[in-house]
Amino acid sequence: MSLKTTESETPAASGEAREHVSLNEGLIFEKSSPGKRGVELPPLDVPAVDPAAALGKAFARDAIEGFPEVSEIETIRHFTRLSGWNYAIDLGMYPLGSCTMKYNPRVNEHVARLDGLANAHPEQHADLAQGCLRILHDLEKCLLSITGMDAATLQPAAGAQGELAGLLMIRAYLESQGNARKKVLIPDSAHGTNPASVIIAGYEVQNIKSNERGQIDTDHLREFCTGDVAALMLTNPNTLGVFEERIEEIAAILHERGALLYMDGANMNALAGVVRPGDFGVDVMHLNLHKTFSTPHGGGGPGSGPVLVKKFLEPFLPIPVVRHDGKRYGYDPKRPQSIGRVRAYCGNFGVLLRALAYTLAYGPGIRQATEDAVLNANYIRKHLEEYFDLPYELPSLHEVVFSDARQRAHGVNTMDIAKRLIDYGFHPYTTAFPLIVPGALMVEPTESESKEECDRFIEAMQAIAREAEANPELVKTAPHATRVGRLDEVTAARKPILRWKP
Amino acid sequence: MRYLPKSPSERKQMLDATGAGSIENLFQSIPEKFRLREALPLPGPLSETEIIRYFQARAAENAQGYSSFLGAGVYQHFRSVVTDALVQRGEFLTSYTPYQAEISQGTLTAIFEFQTLVCQLTGQDVANASMYDGSTALTEAVLMAERITGRHRVLIARSVHPEYRQVLHTYAKNLGLAIEEIGYTQSGQMNASEISPEKLADAAAIIVQSPNFFGVLEDVPALGKMAHDSGALLIGCIAEAVSLGIVRPPAEADIVAMEGQSLGLAPSYGGPYVGVVATREKFVRQMPGRLAGETRDAQGRRGFVLTLATREQHIRREKATSNICTNEALCALTATIHLCLLGKEGLREMALQNLAKARFAQAELEKIPGVRRVFSGPSFNEFVLEFPRSVKLINAQLMRDKIIGPLPLGLHYPELTKRAVVCVTELTSREEIERLAAAIKRILETPL
Amino acid sequence: MYPADYRYTKQHEWIDVKSGIGTIGITDYAQHELGDVVFVELPKVGAQVKTGESFGTVESVKAVSEIFSPVSGEIVEINSALADTPDKINTEPHSSAWLIRVRLGDAKEIAGLMDAVAYQAYITEAAAGAAH
Repeated sequence: MSLKTTESETPAASGEAREHVSLNEGLIFEKSSPGKRGVELPPLDVPAVDPAAALGKAFARDAIEGFPEVSEIETIRHFTRLSGWNYAIDLGMYPLGSCTMKYNPRVNEHVARLDGLANAHPEQHADLAQGCLRILHDLEKCLLSITGMDAATLQPAAGAQGELAGLLMIRAYLESQGNARKKVLIPDSAHGTNPASVIIAGYEVQNIKSNERGQIDTDHLREFCTGDVAALMLTNPNTLGVFEERIEEIAAILHERGALLYMDGANMNALAGVVRPGDFGVDVMHLNLHKTFSTPHGGGGPGSGPVLVKKFLEPFLPIPVVRHDGKRYGYDPKRPQSIGRVRAYCGNFGVLLRALAYTLAYGPGIRQATEDAVLNANYIRKHLEEYFDLPYELPSLHEVVFSDARQRAHGVNTMDIAKRLIDYGFHPYTTAFPLIVPGALMVEPTESESKEECDRFIEAMQAIAREAEANPELVKTAPHATRVGRLDEVTAARKPILRWKP
Repeated sequence: MRYLPKSPSERKQMLDATGAGSIENLFQSIPEKFRLREALPLPGPLSETEIIRYFQARAAENAQGYSSFLGAGVYQHFRSVVTDALVQRGEFLTSYTPYQAEISQGTLTAIFEFQTLVCQLTGQDVANASMYDGSTALTEAVLMAERITGRHRVLIARSVHPEYRQVLHTYAKNLGLAIEEIGYTQSGQMNASEISPEKLADAAAIIVQSPNFFGVLEDVPALGKMAHDSGALLIGCIAEAVSLGIVRPPAEADIVAMEGQSLGLAPSYGGPYVGVVATREKFVRQMPGRLAGETRDAQGRRGFVLTLATREQHIRREKATSNICTNEALCALTATIHLCLLGKEGLREMALQNLAKARFAQAELEKIPGVRRVFSGPSFNEFVLEFPRSVKLINAQLMRDKIIGPLPLGLHYPELTKRAVVCVTELTSREEIERLAAAIKRILETPL
Repeated sequence: MYPADYRYTKQHEWIDVKSGIGTIGITDYAQHELGDVVFVELPKVGAQVKTGESFGTVESVKAVSEIFSPVSGEIVEINSALADTPDKINTEPHSSAWLIRVRLGDAKEIAGLMDAVAYQAYITEAAAGAAH
């Protein structure tokens, strides 16, 4: 069967039945026809104005060439069909390490759309926004309780922006102490946003290697932590899913030398309700609400990256800072040491609201979610240890990292295994990360997976391990059951086509 | 707990299979002294009903049923219920970043359509898959201009959104980037006479917003020529995207930084919104953020993939064009669907309604004794008025009439006290405009 | 496979010196490790390169490799054809896919580099090591 490209063939000529169009849906621009529209506005209730006359000919524009012209039903069908080509949490597990793809509760979507919240303008007078301000304040209190920190900003739009805000606060604090210092230490297992954020904060990156237990080598840390070092950026548990067993020592080494401990909270799903980063020496950290706190990924965002700090960093928080003065909620007007704004307005309010709804649903029982997440990861690890190489035989918390070493002997690598997993109805795990494990398979099931779903995943992975030995070609040319096969990423990068043209 | 799909017996079965003995044992790697012994003192747990009640109570504590004349970077526009019906589909809402292209063609196709629509709107060659918002899109555009020109100063109009300028300052501070602000003229436009060839000689870019924070349209062609004659770039910033329905896009700009909130996104007290960076083809490898590109599979079927990923943090790490990872994908999808529904004629009609209503409102308000228009330049759906007394006081009284008044400018522009920027959109009815005018007239007639 | 009159570095660059001009590229081993090349970033003619310092990058879909200069000198020519056909690096790494030509500051510099036999041994050992 050869599926042609998406231009439809004329049916009359061939007289043959065609593949139903939802498999061959084109682009919306290819359906356009002059005069069609999907929305009609209420009639104008004031005199019409000619734009060329009102603005001047130099400012007026002609009709936008190539802009879509389709009806309401065509729009509904087009996007409904596109949605059918996506995998999603609502369909099944995403075992992606450090992504924490958990269930996105629907009540969160409902409350985000309440009129008084959805239509609140950020410049509304505080008297007309007490509900929004209280939501921000209540969420802050919950996040501070969970992390054991003292003060918060909800402004950063994502984890990477949270990292930047945290680093800027570190800089501002150290400057206030007389020396901003020059470098930030980053383990070689770190997520790519960490070094990228360090550069934007005006620091240099100094990589430190992990030890044979996949964790920070404290001897190296002592050696590298000179007076030039502003901070260590740590993910805990790290990207191997392993808790830094020497965290107390790490914090002590840094603090002795006047450096700070930053924690990337991407793996908070292993800790919430069980342990608080503020208790083990963290000075500043960010959270990813679109990970631990269930806000939807939506195909890549929006997210939110609140930053939580110890008291001594509170003066440097970005503005605006929400306060309750005993009677009303408002913004604290005097923040002379603030690092400034990292974005317009108070933050991704709609995302913050959803995170609060999630936290309220669990309350003090949030620990159960963490325990289930860790249980799922260990259950899966136990059943796959015989099949896949485990580079670090250390206790896993909420995620486990294997390598493709055994399958490599048959010419099959982690990417191939991941693509074959798609044929079994799953989204792949994280491939080729962290960098310290060559050929990594990083698996994080989250607490949202039932025993049944975990068992199905285990069976699939075991089957693929057997296929890698008995029939490696099958794995290497996967996926076979999808609408499109592996796509030519090389040509896409050599000769990029980044928009439709008429 | 309803989000946890395990029965007690299933937990036990799974725990037994791990051989750990107890759940507590699975956390042994965490030093005992740090492990919590008691549950955290958090509010809840709440049932679905209680969660809804909590948020309904919060909504009721906000303005509901008020007329609003606030714009200033966030705009109340028509949003079709069709958009939400589509965006709430689980396959869009709960999907991941489309790194595995074969099972993300829905998301990738929609991103490709979004990129195309942005190019069509802005007149640029390429657009990315979104930034966080207009303020960070502008900052990223500036960093891009720095990389491209190798110069480390920018000239930015004071008529650019004050919060956007603040964000740029926060980022620029540690990167050795000098920011010089350029004033505005009586027309409300950037004062080009403040820009000398000497200043431009080592400038990476001139940055202008149009319509600007005062609602005035800027002379983009002249600024473009000025920039290019000195080897600098022109960055065009757009906060009110609906203007592009009838206002010529900044074609002379080398980079456009746009906020897309107007295109079907709820104001939602500040976010999530959708920023975007669009530019010339020759600068594509300097762009931040994700890009979706068209390609084929081995059987020749068309498909889409994330491409040019070597610019990004997960590959280039400290040498990446940006640290951005998570973006505003679902918001970009919302804008995409919204623009498809509006279409060529709908967007134009919406923009025409904005213009007509704003002109009507301006005329009605200028009839009030003591109220006069401040800037002479052409405007779209926002304009600045001067009042005979403090706008804060006027707004406090307007609140009692369930009207949210215009944004006072004095906070951000100390020289512009007693002035405010009034915003009117297609959603503002004639009756609301007349009611605003009557209320202000009455307030001003009442002695203080 | 590896031209006898070229010299090679540990970072898998080759250099062919004739009349004081060194033509520099990356080796077949390097292109194989990198995979399909999609983009090459080269410096401008007239720029200076220094021994051991990076002068550009070669990109595949998922990786970026810096290229280090085996010598010091001034760049007299760059291979602009690679902008349109970066894939040549995969098919003809030792010939038409040269990257830059440098006027050597000091012709004796190349004496410290590996010859074809030494390089072949070096990569054989590297490959054996990687397969642990």
